[in-house]
Formats: sequence, C-alpha cells, structure tokens
Amino acid sequence: MAILVIAEHDNASLKAATLNTISAAAKLGGEVHVLVAGANCGGAAEQAAKLAGVAKVRVADAAHYESQTAENVAALVVANAAGYTHILAPSTANGKNVAPRVAALLDVAQISDIVAVESADTFVRPIYAGNAMATVKSSDAVKVMTVRTTAFEAAGQGGSAAVEAVAAAADLGLTSVKGRELTKSARPELGAAKIIVSGGRGLGNSENYHKLLEPLADALGAALGASRAAVDAGYVPNDYQVGQTGKIVAPQLYIAVGISGAIQHLAGMKDSKVIVAINKDPEAPIFQVADYGLVGDLFEVVPELAKAVG
Amino acid sequence: MKILVPVKRVVDYNVKVRVKADGTGVDIANVKMSMNPFDEIAVEEAVRLKEAGVATEVVAVSCGVAACQETIRAAMAIGADRGILVESDADLQPLAVAKLLKALCDKEQPTVVICGKQAIDDDSNQTGQMLAALMGWPQATFASKVALSDGVANVTREIDGGLETLEMKLPAVITTDLRLNEPRYATLPNIMKAKKKPLETVKPADLGVDVAPRLTTLKVAEPPKRSAGVRVADVAQLVDKLKNEAKVI
Repeated sequence: MAILVIAEHDNASLKAATLNTISAAAKLGGEVHVLVAGANCGGAAEQAAKLAGVAKVRVADAAHYESQTAENVAALVVANAAGYTHILAPSTANGKNVAPRVAALLDVAQISDIVAVESADTFVRPIYAGNAMATVKSSDAVKVMTVRTTAFEAAGQGGSAAVEAVAAAADLGLTSVKGRELTKSARPELGAAKIIVSGGRGLGNSENYHKLLEPLADALGAALGASRAAVDAGYVPNDYQVGQTGKIVAPQLYIAVGISGAIQHLAGMKDSKVIVAINKDPEAPIFQVADYGLVGDLFEVVPELAKAVG
Repeated sequence: MKILVPVKRVVDYNVKVRVKADGTGVDIANVKMSMNPFDEIAVEEAVRLKEAGVATEVVAVSCGVAACQETIRAAMAIGADRGILVESDADLQPLAVAKLLKALCDKEQPTVVICGKQAIDDDSNQTGQMLAALMGWPQATFASKVALSDGVANVTREIDGGLETLEMKLPAVITTDLRLNEPRYATLPNIMKAKKKPLETVKPADLGVDVAPRLTTLKVAEPPKRSAGVRVADVAQLVDKLKNEAKVI
C-alpha cells in the first residue's frame, strides 16, 4: 500500500500545509510518496525529501507546471496514480482546486476536509459549517481526499527520501495564469501563525482596523485576520478572512477584536488553543467560545493591550 | 451563448442544524430550505451576463427530490429562462451530480457552466471541478470577477494569499466565491413570471447515469463543544492570565 501526497509549494519551497498533509497520510499506514509538480521546483522537492515519514519524492519539473493549473496537475496525478490506494492534498485553495478533478478522472468519490483518520477507508469530516461531524466510509478502490491542515500536526524533519524524476504529462493548454497579486506582508502567514489578531465590524472602518490592530499584531509577532463582515465592508482584502468560507485557523492564541462571533466565523477559529474576545457587547456570541472575555471599548483596550505586551 | 447554472436545495443558511439523537444525520424535518447561497451568486452572475448581452439563455438545473422545483423557480425569479429538474430520491453525491450535469451538458451544449463553489450542507466543494474534469474543460474556481469574450474567459480567482487572474478557453466551468456579486432580491412580478417559465423533468436513468453513492455515512455527531471561559476585568488581568495561566505569550 502506498499513499501519494500532492505537495503544495511555490517551486522554491514547500508550503506548511504539505507538512500537515504528510502527517495525515502517515496515519493511513503505508509508504508515503510526495509528488512535486512545478517548474524549477528542485528546492521544494529537496525540502520534501528531508521530512520525516516520506519514503519517496517524485518530481515532475516542466515549464507548464510553473503555475500548477488544476487541469495539468490533475492529468499528471492521474497518469502516475497506479499503485496508490490514497491520494491526498491539503484543503487549501490549491488542493481544493485539483483534488476533485483527480477524483472525477479516476471515477472515484472525493472526501473533503478530513479531520481524522479512523481506518484506511473511514474518515471524519465536518459538515454544515462544522456544526456536525460526519464519519464516512469509502467503497472506492482509490481514496482521494483533502486534509484540514489544522487537524493534523506538521511532519517533522529528519527524513532522507529518494528523489526521482517523473515524466511530465502533455500540456493541455486549456488555461494560462495571467497574473497573481499576492498580499505582501512581513507578518506570519495566517494559516501557519502561532498568534492571530483578528478584527471585525466593531472597528468601524479600515483606518481603525490598521491603526489599532497593527501595533498589537507587531507587539505579539502575530498574523492579522478578519471576520467576513469586516472583509465585506472593505476594511481588508479577502485573504484576511477567517471563517467557514475563508481560512480555517487553529493558532495557540486567537484574539478577536470587535467580532460578534457569527457561526460562520466561529467555524473558522474555534479549534484555536486559547481564544480572547474583546467586545463592548457582553451578549456577543463570541464570549461563549472565548477562554478570556473582556467587555470594554476596544478603542481603549486594544492600545492598552499592545502597550502591555510590547 | 448559453449558460447552465446548477442550483442545490439546502437547509437555509440561517437555520442552526441539530444532529439527530440516533446519530444518523441532521434533523431537516420542517426546516426552512433555500437555494445554496453560492448558487444564488452563480445565477445572479449568469443573469447579469445575459442582461449585458453576453449570454443569450440561462438554464437552471437542479438534481434531487421533487421539491427542488422550488429552487429552480427561485432561480427563474432572479432571471433564469428555463429549468431542468433531474428528479431522484437517492442520496446524490458530488460525483453523481457531476455525471448528471455532464449528460445535460452533452445535450444542451452550454458555453459556460457557473456553479457555486460549495454547498453549505455537505461542504464538499467538488461538483464544478468534477464536471470540468468529466467534460475535459478548463475550470476557474473561487471566482471573484468574470469577463467573457470571444471564446475566452478571463476570471479573477481568490487564492491563498491573494488573487490570481486566469485566462481559459471556452467552454469552461466557473465556480463562484462570495465576492463575485450580490444577488438581487426577486421581485413579486418576477416571482409570478417565474411560475410560467418552462421546467422539464428528467430522471437519472433517462440520462443513463448510475447515481449509486460511493460514500456511506456511518455516523453524524455533534462537534466537541467549547465552553465559555472567564471574564476578565481589565487589560492587566488579561495579560496576567495569558502569561501565567494559559502561557501563550
């Protein structure tokens, strides 16, 4: 039995989500192989080879994998799927783009966002925005799955897997990426941060969001997040959004500022180790999940907190 | 240009679902049902493309029980021209729905299929990608901006860390993200008009599709509950707790 993990990477280096996916794969009990599809992606492949639990790294290095379009990557995975009982990808924008395409081409179901492995064919996944947990059993020969990264530890270092080249599949020429606008930030990535400071509508406007939360995030070395309401109101770009339809996060410390705690937001952060809520409304639902709640005016409390931890 | 829009009937997003005591699923008896919100965005986008003169016809499709007719009528009230119901009482999983949609695409020959990125009941986020794979078409998932012209679609997608602009050949599948548009409210005259629009019903067997489920749900349980902690009086106490009790800073 062998398991294939589709690596998430930017050619130069592996994304943290790949490490969690490898841990999920290790729980299935089989040899774990990692597929790195990219262009000049030797750096990412080398990092994958050094991870604990990885038996083999397979690299498809070709110009048409540069931007890792779903069409080309799925075709490559399917061409190399023989011998694998499970094919895993992280449940990131990229993984969710590719995995269902792979499953359909193999004529098997895809199991989304698994949070636990019960056995080689039985998995737990959230449904209804995390309001229920379903245990599902697959009857397909190959299990194609996406992995909720916050539910599995990151794989450690210390491996020395063989790296082998695999032939590129033909370029389907169906799509081309014209550009990427990535938010530049010196702060940690939202999905991998140990501390997250997150803001909601209570901040009132974009200026307040930045003026109040940035000093606090800087003092804590934290990533910045936001509720859907704050994103919809235009305070920050969409990739700040924490919630069922945004990013699912589970940091050591999550500080919710001026966030009421809509169910869709809670679905994205309730697995955080420690939750702090700062809100002027004592009845706000966020207090029902917070370990430490502070009822007060965030315009006074947040600068004071930034000063106290700075 | 014809646009096909699949719409799913789901528990309304305002309803807090409850897990059944016997662990077989969630209780949806007497619960308000609505169109999946991401599908509503898909219908709105298709109708806007028609209003802009880019598309000529918008066809709404739903796969499921007879009551899915209501969901198709809701799509028609937004502006879809006609509807197709693939009627089945079976548990239709994403792969089966993608196969049903493929059969309809083969027949209807749409230039674009616009799907919601995921349904808010099973949260699968699969059907659009699977349909694209089965058709051999390109896909643009999580779209926040769509421009169609002359055999080509330019789509801005929401990806981790920012945005990506994709150019793809038509025909293609597009899946919608939240910020693509804000769906209109259907007006009463349009709701009345929708009742007279054509709605065809077919069965999976008519389309030659095997819809047998591949996944069996063994159990549905409540998620682990997080209990409320303590209220702190001021910043000093909060910092003390974070440092000395939780030890996270």
